[in-house]
Amino acid sequence: MTVGLLGRKIGMTQIFDKEGLVVPVTVVKLGDNIVTECMTKEKNGYSAVQVGGFKTLERKLTKPAMGAFKKRELPPCKPLKEFRVEDSSIYKVGEPLKVEDILKEGMLVDVRGRSIGKGFQGTIKRFHAGRGPMSHGSKFHRSMGSIGAGTTPGRVYKGVIMPGHMGDQNKCIRHLKVVEIDTAKGVLLIRGSVPGVEGQIVVVNPSKTKWNA
Amino acid sequence: MNILIKEIQADRLKKNVPELNVGDTVKVFVKIKEGGKERTQGYEGVIIKRHGAGADQTMTVRRVFQGIGVERVFPLHSPRVEKISLVRRGDVRRSKIYYLRERTGKATRIKEKIGARLEQAAEVPAEANA
Repeated sequence: MTVGLLGRKIGMTQIFDKEGLVVPVTVVKLGDNIVTECMTKEKNGYSAVQVGGFKTLERKLTKPAMGAFKKRELPPCKPLKEFRVEDSSIYKVGEPLKVEDILKEGMLVDVRGRSIGKGFQGTIKRFHAGRGPMSHGSKFHRSMGSIGAGTTPGRVYKGVIMPGHMGDQNKCIRHLKVVEIDTAKGVLLIRGSVPGVEGQIVVVNPSKTKWNA
Repeated sequence: MNILIKEIQADRLKKNVPELNVGDTVKVFVKIKEGGKERTQGYEGVIIKRHGAGADQTMTVRRVFQGIGVERVFPLHSPRVEKISLVRRGDVRRSKIYYLRERTGKATRIKEKIGARLEQAAEVPAEANA
Protein backbone atom coordinates (compact mmCIF):
# COMPACT_ATOMS: atom_id res chain seq x y z
CA MET A 1 0.00 0.00 0.00
CA THR A 2 1.37 3.38 -0.97
CA VAL A 3 0.49 6.71 0.50
CA GLY A 4 -3.14 7.66 0.04
CA LEU A 5 -5.28 10.65 0.82
CA LEU A 6 -8.16 11.13 3.21
CA GLY A 7 -11.26 12.91 2.08
CA ARG A 8 -14.95 13.25 2.56
CA LYS A 9 -17.57 11.90 0.22
CA ILE A 10 -19.73 14.83 -0.88
CA GLY A 11 -22.15 13.19 -3.27
CA MET A 12 -22.64 12.17 -6.86
CA THR A 13 -23.24 14.07 -10.06
CA GLN A 14 -22.70 13.75 -13.80
CA ILE A 15 -20.20 15.32 -16.12
CA PHE A 16 -19.66 15.03 -19.86
CA ASP A 17 -16.49 13.62 -21.40
CA LYS A 18 -14.79 14.80 -24.60
CA GLU A 19 -17.17 12.87 -26.79
CA GLY A 20 -20.20 14.23 -24.99
CA LEU A 21 -21.00 11.04 -23.13
CA VAL A 22 -22.30 11.18 -19.59
CA VAL A 23 -19.85 10.09 -16.88
CA PRO A 24 -21.24 9.40 -13.40
CA VAL A 25 -18.84 10.77 -10.80
CA THR A 26 -18.51 10.90 -7.04
CA VAL A 27 -17.25 14.15 -5.59
CA VAL A 28 -14.63 13.68 -2.88
CA LYS A 29 -13.45 16.72 -0.95
CA LEU A 30 -9.90 16.08 0.20
CA GLY A 31 -8.88 16.73 3.79
CA ASP A 32 -5.81 18.58 5.09
CA ASN A 33 -3.68 15.40 5.02
CA ILE A 34 -0.91 16.57 7.32
CA VAL A 35 2.02 14.25 8.00
CA THR A 36 1.98 13.70 11.75
CA GLU A 37 4.66 11.05 12.16
CA CYS A 38 7.23 9.12 10.18
CA MET A 39 7.76 5.56 11.37
CA THR A 40 11.17 4.13 10.65
CA LYS A 41 12.48 0.61 10.64
CA GLU A 42 15.07 1.36 13.31
CA LYS A 43 12.67 3.02 15.73
CA ASN A 44 9.32 1.35 15.08
CA GLY A 45 10.24 -1.90 13.36
CA TYR A 46 8.44 -0.89 10.17
CA SER A 47 8.46 1.98 7.77
CA ALA A 48 5.28 4.04 7.46
CA VAL A 49 3.92 7.52 7.38
CA GLN A 50 1.10 8.67 9.66
CA VAL A 51 -1.32 11.19 8.21
CA GLY A 52 -3.86 13.35 9.98
CA GLY A 53 -6.96 13.70 7.84
CA PHE A 54 -8.76 16.85 8.90
CA LYS A 55 -7.85 19.71 11.17
CA THR A 56 -10.11 19.68 14.17
CA LEU A 57 -10.74 21.55 17.40
CA GLU A 58 -8.68 20.91 20.49
CA ARG A 59 -11.74 20.12 22.58
CA LYS A 60 -12.72 17.35 20.16
CA LEU A 61 -9.68 15.30 21.09
CA THR A 62 -8.84 13.57 24.35
CA LYS A 63 -5.98 14.93 26.41
CA PRO A 64 -3.64 12.00 25.66
CA ALA A 65 -4.33 12.33 21.93
CA MET A 66 -3.78 16.07 22.13
CA GLY A 67 -0.44 15.49 23.85
CA ALA A 68 1.02 13.92 20.74
CA PHE A 69 0.16 17.00 18.68
CA LYS A 70 1.44 19.41 21.32
CA LYS A 71 4.76 17.59 21.50
CA ARG A 72 5.33 18.03 17.75
CA GLU A 73 3.73 21.49 17.64
CA LEU A 74 1.09 20.39 15.14
CA PRO A 75 -2.53 21.45 14.75
CA PRO A 76 -4.95 18.83 16.11
CA CYS A 77 -6.04 16.40 13.37
CA LYS A 78 -8.60 13.66 13.10
CA PRO A 79 -8.56 10.81 12.11
CA LEU A 80 -5.00 9.48 12.00
CA LYS A 81 -4.13 6.94 9.36
CA GLU A 82 -0.92 5.08 8.71
CA PHE A 83 0.30 4.20 5.24
CA ARG A 84 3.11 1.68 4.84
CA VAL A 85 5.88 3.03 2.60
CA GLU A 86 9.31 1.86 1.48
CA ASP A 87 11.09 4.97 2.68
CA SER A 88 9.47 7.35 5.13
CA SER A 89 12.39 9.79 5.28
CA ILE A 90 11.12 11.76 2.28
CA TYR A 91 8.07 12.90 4.25
CA LYS A 92 8.41 15.76 6.69
CA VAL A 93 6.32 16.01 9.82
CA GLY A 94 3.92 18.93 9.74
CA GLU A 95 3.81 19.26 5.97
CA PRO A 96 0.63 18.48 4.04
CA LEU A 97 0.68 15.74 1.39
CA LYS A 98 0.37 17.08 -2.12
CA VAL A 99 -2.34 15.68 -4.38
CA GLU A 100 -0.18 16.09 -7.48
CA ASP A 101 2.50 13.80 -6.06
CA ILE A 102 0.09 10.98 -5.36
CA LEU A 103 -2.70 11.11 -7.94
CA LYS A 104 -2.94 11.97 -11.58
CA GLU A 105 -5.95 12.33 -13.80
CA GLY A 106 -6.84 9.03 -15.43
CA MET A 107 -5.24 7.00 -12.65
CA LEU A 108 -6.99 4.03 -11.09
CA VAL A 109 -7.66 4.27 -7.37
CA ASP A 110 -8.97 2.12 -4.54
CA VAL A 111 -11.47 3.88 -2.31
CA ARG A 112 -12.06 2.64 1.23
CA GLY A 113 -14.89 3.67 3.49
CA ARG A 114 -17.63 2.43 5.76
CA SER A 115 -20.65 1.27 3.82
CA ILE A 116 -24.18 2.49 4.49
CA GLY A 117 -25.84 0.56 7.33
CA LYS A 118 -28.90 -1.39 6.28
CA GLY A 119 -29.88 -2.76 9.71
CA PHE A 120 -31.09 -6.32 10.30
CA GLN A 121 -31.91 -7.80 6.92
CA GLY A 122 -33.18 -11.10 5.58
CA THR A 123 -31.35 -13.41 3.19
CA ILE A 124 -33.04 -12.00 0.10
CA LYS A 125 -31.61 -8.50 0.49
CA ARG A 126 -28.44 -9.54 2.27
CA PHE A 127 -27.26 -12.42 0.06
CA HIS A 128 -29.56 -12.19 -2.98
CA ALA A 129 -31.30 -15.44 -2.01
CA GLY A 130 -34.45 -16.43 -3.89
CA ARG A 131 -37.96 -16.07 -2.55
CA GLY A 132 -41.27 -17.92 -2.78
CA PRO A 133 -44.35 -16.88 -4.71
CA MET A 134 -46.13 -13.92 -3.13
CA SER A 135 -49.63 -14.99 -4.24
CA HIS A 136 -51.66 -17.95 -5.64
CA GLY A 137 -52.23 -19.30 -2.13
CA SER A 138 -48.56 -19.59 -1.33
CA LYS A 139 -47.65 -19.26 2.34
CA PHE A 140 -43.92 -19.15 1.68
CA HIS A 141 -42.96 -15.58 0.88
CA ARG A 142 -39.59 -14.19 1.98
CA SER A 143 -38.48 -16.55 4.72
CA MET A 144 -35.43 -18.81 4.51
CA GLY A 145 -35.58 -22.25 2.96
CA SER A 146 -33.67 -25.28 4.08
CA ILE A 147 -30.39 -24.77 5.91
CA GLY A 148 -29.09 -28.29 5.28
CA ALA A 149 -29.76 -32.04 5.36
CA GLY A 150 -31.05 -34.09 8.34
CA THR A 151 -29.34 -36.82 10.36
CA THR A 152 -26.32 -36.74 8.10
CA PRO A 153 -24.43 -34.48 8.79
CA GLY A 154 -26.62 -33.74 11.84
CA ARG A 155 -25.48 -30.15 12.04
CA VAL A 156 -25.67 -26.93 10.11
CA TYR A 157 -22.62 -26.23 8.01
CA LYS A 158 -20.60 -23.15 8.73
CA GLY A 159 -21.11 -20.25 6.38
CA VAL A 160 -24.78 -20.93 5.61
CA ILE A 161 -26.43 -17.65 4.62
CA MET A 162 -28.79 -16.34 7.29
CA PRO A 163 -30.43 -13.04 8.22
CA GLY A 164 -28.42 -10.56 10.17
CA HIS A 165 -26.89 -7.12 10.23
CA MET A 166 -26.10 -5.74 6.81
CA GLY A 167 -23.89 -2.84 5.81
CA ASP A 168 -21.90 -0.55 8.11
CA GLN A 169 -18.74 -2.47 7.25
CA ASN A 170 -15.37 -1.32 5.99
CA LYS A 171 -15.50 -1.70 2.24
CA CYS A 172 -13.05 -1.12 -0.55
CA ILE A 173 -13.98 -0.40 -4.14
CA ARG A 174 -11.03 -1.08 -6.40
CA HIS A 175 -9.92 0.33 -9.73
CA LEU A 176 -12.04 3.46 -9.96
CA LYS A 177 -10.84 6.04 -12.44
CA VAL A 178 -9.90 9.54 -11.36
CA VAL A 179 -11.75 11.70 -13.84
CA GLU A 180 -10.64 15.09 -12.61
CA ILE A 181 -8.50 16.70 -9.93
CA ASP A 182 -9.29 20.25 -8.89
CA THR A 183 -6.38 21.35 -6.70
CA ALA A 184 -7.80 24.82 -6.12
CA LYS A 185 -11.00 23.45 -4.63
CA GLY A 186 -9.29 20.36 -3.22
CA VAL A 187 -11.77 18.14 -4.99
CA LEU A 188 -11.49 14.77 -6.69
CA LEU A 189 -13.98 13.50 -9.22
CA ILE A 190 -13.97 9.72 -9.22
CA ARG A 191 -15.87 7.69 -11.78
CA GLY A 192 -18.57 5.52 -10.23
CA SER A 193 -19.81 5.15 -6.70
CA VAL A 194 -17.88 5.05 -3.47
CA PRO A 195 -18.81 3.34 -0.17
CA GLY A 196 -20.62 5.21 2.58
CA VAL A 197 -23.08 7.98 3.19
CA GLU A 198 -22.50 11.56 2.08
CA GLY A 199 -20.09 13.22 4.49
CA GLN A 200 -18.35 9.89 5.14
CA ILE A 201 -14.56 9.85 5.49
CA VAL A 202 -12.97 7.85 2.68
CA VAL A 203 -9.38 6.88 1.92
CA VAL A 204 -8.25 7.21 -1.69
CA ASN A 205 -5.24 5.08 -2.65
CA PRO A 206 -3.59 4.54 -6.00
CA SER A 207 -4.43 1.00 -7.17
CA LYS A 208 -1.75 -1.60 -7.55
CA THR A 209 -2.17 -2.29 -11.26
CA LYS A 210 -0.09 -2.32 -14.39
CA TRP A 211 -2.20 0.54 -15.77
CA ASN A 212 -0.96 2.94 -13.14
CA ALA A 213 2.69 2.69 -14.15
CA MET B 1 -28.01 19.72 -3.68
CA ASN B 2 -24.67 20.20 -2.02
CA ILE B 3 -23.07 23.64 -2.53
CA LEU B 4 -19.79 22.10 -3.65
CA ILE B 5 -21.51 19.99 -6.29
CA LYS B 6 -23.31 23.09 -7.52
CA GLU B 7 -19.97 24.86 -7.80
CA ILE B 8 -18.47 22.02 -9.82
CA GLN B 9 -21.47 21.99 -12.12
CA ALA B 10 -21.60 25.78 -12.47
CA ASP B 11 -18.98 26.18 -15.23
CA ARG B 12 -20.24 23.14 -17.09
CA LEU B 13 -23.80 24.43 -17.45
CA LYS B 14 -24.96 25.86 -20.72
CA LYS B 15 -26.30 29.35 -20.77
CA ASN B 16 -28.45 29.12 -23.85
CA VAL B 17 -30.93 26.54 -22.58
CA PRO B 18 -34.39 28.07 -22.93
CA GLU B 19 -37.05 27.73 -20.30
CA LEU B 20 -38.68 24.44 -21.21
CA ASN B 21 -41.88 22.94 -19.94
CA VAL B 22 -43.66 19.67 -20.43
CA GLY B 23 -46.03 19.97 -23.37
CA ASP B 24 -43.80 22.31 -25.35
CA THR B 25 -42.87 21.48 -28.90
CA VAL B 26 -39.13 21.83 -29.39
CA LYS B 27 -36.56 21.34 -32.09
CA VAL B 28 -33.33 19.83 -30.79
CA PHE B 29 -30.16 20.14 -32.84
CA VAL B 30 -27.99 17.13 -32.07
CA LYS B 31 -24.42 16.58 -33.20
CA ILE B 32 -23.99 13.13 -34.67
CA LYS B 33 -20.90 11.38 -35.91
CA GLU B 34 -21.18 9.68 -39.25
CA GLY B 35 -18.18 8.04 -40.88
CA GLY B 36 -15.65 10.24 -39.10
CA LYS B 37 -17.58 13.39 -39.93
CA GLU B 38 -19.67 15.41 -37.56
CA ARG B 39 -22.92 17.01 -38.55
CA THR B 40 -25.99 18.43 -36.88
CA GLN B 41 -29.37 16.85 -37.08
CA GLY B 42 -32.67 18.33 -36.03
CA TYR B 43 -35.25 16.43 -34.04
CA GLU B 44 -38.65 17.94 -33.45
CA GLY B 45 -41.22 16.72 -30.98
CA VAL B 46 -43.17 17.25 -27.79
CA ILE B 47 -41.56 17.21 -24.36
CA ILE B 48 -43.34 14.54 -22.35
CA LYS B 49 -41.03 14.43 -19.34
CA ARG B 50 -38.49 16.57 -17.50
CA HIS B 51 -36.06 14.90 -15.13
CA GLY B 52 -33.28 15.93 -12.75
CA ALA B 53 -31.76 19.24 -11.79
CA GLY B 54 -28.56 21.15 -12.52
CA ALA B 55 -26.16 19.39 -14.86
CA ASP B 56 -28.11 16.13 -14.61
CA GLN B 57 -31.23 17.54 -16.25
CA THR B 58 -32.81 15.60 -19.08
CA MET B 59 -35.94 15.83 -21.17
CA THR B 60 -37.79 13.19 -23.12
CA VAL B 61 -38.98 14.30 -26.55
CA ARG B 62 -41.65 12.31 -28.35
CA ARG B 63 -42.50 12.39 -32.01
CA VAL B 64 -44.31 10.08 -34.39
CA PHE B 65 -42.07 9.13 -37.27
CA GLN B 66 -43.46 7.04 -40.14
CA GLY B 67 -46.31 5.92 -37.93
CA ILE B 68 -44.00 4.76 -35.15
CA GLY B 69 -43.70 6.64 -31.90
CA VAL B 70 -40.11 7.61 -31.08
CA GLU B 71 -38.96 8.93 -27.71
CA ARG B 72 -35.47 10.30 -27.20
CA VAL B 73 -33.91 11.43 -23.94
CA PHE B 74 -31.65 14.47 -24.18
CA PRO B 75 -29.36 15.65 -21.39
CA LEU B 76 -29.95 19.40 -21.60
CA HIS B 77 -26.35 20.37 -20.85
CA SER B 78 -24.71 17.79 -23.08
CA PRO B 79 -22.18 19.13 -25.60
CA ARG B 80 -23.83 16.88 -28.17
CA VAL B 81 -26.99 18.96 -27.90
CA GLU B 82 -26.02 22.01 -29.90
CA LYS B 83 -29.15 24.06 -29.62
CA ILE B 84 -32.72 23.73 -28.46
CA SER B 85 -35.29 25.97 -30.06
CA LEU B 86 -38.84 26.38 -28.91
CA VAL B 87 -41.43 25.87 -31.58
CA ARG B 88 -44.61 26.11 -29.59
CA ARG B 89 -45.64 26.47 -25.98
CA GLY B 90 -48.10 23.82 -24.88
CA ASP B 91 -50.71 24.06 -22.17
CA VAL B 92 -50.93 20.81 -20.22
CA ARG B 93 -52.09 19.98 -16.72
CA ARG B 94 -49.74 17.12 -15.95
CA SER B 95 -45.98 17.09 -15.31
CA LYS B 96 -45.59 13.86 -17.27
CA ILE B 97 -47.75 13.56 -20.33
CA TYR B 98 -47.39 9.84 -20.92
CA TYR B 99 -51.02 9.71 -22.05
CA LEU B 100 -49.84 10.82 -25.48
CA ARG B 101 -48.48 7.30 -25.99
CA GLU B 102 -51.97 5.84 -26.10
CA ARG B 103 -53.29 8.47 -28.47
CA THR B 104 -53.00 8.84 -32.21
CA GLY B 105 -53.85 11.44 -34.80
CA LYS B 106 -56.06 14.33 -33.77
CA ALA B 107 -56.14 13.24 -30.12
CA THR B 108 -52.43 14.01 -29.71
CA ARG B 109 -52.95 17.73 -30.24
CA ILE B 110 -51.94 19.94 -27.34
CA LYS B 111 -53.56 23.26 -26.53
CA GLU B 112 -51.29 26.22 -27.14
CA LYS B 113 -50.38 28.32 -24.14
CA ILE B 114 -51.76 31.77 -24.65
CA GLY B 115 -49.56 34.71 -23.76
CA ALA B 116 -46.38 32.67 -23.65
CA ARG B 117 -43.26 34.50 -24.68
CA LEU B 118 -41.81 32.27 -27.35
CA GLU B 119 -39.35 34.51 -29.17
CA GLN B 120 -37.30 35.53 -26.15
CA ALA B 121 -36.27 32.01 -25.29
CA ALA B 122 -35.69 30.82 -28.84
CA GLU B 123 -33.60 33.72 -30.12
CA VAL B 124 -30.42 33.10 -28.07
CA PRO B 125 -27.76 31.79 -30.46
CA ALA B 126 -25.82 28.60 -29.71
CA GLU B 127 -22.45 30.35 -30.04
CA ALA B 128 -23.09 32.45 -26.94
CA ASN B 129 -22.42 29.37 -24.88
CA ALA B 130 -19.05 28.45 -26.43
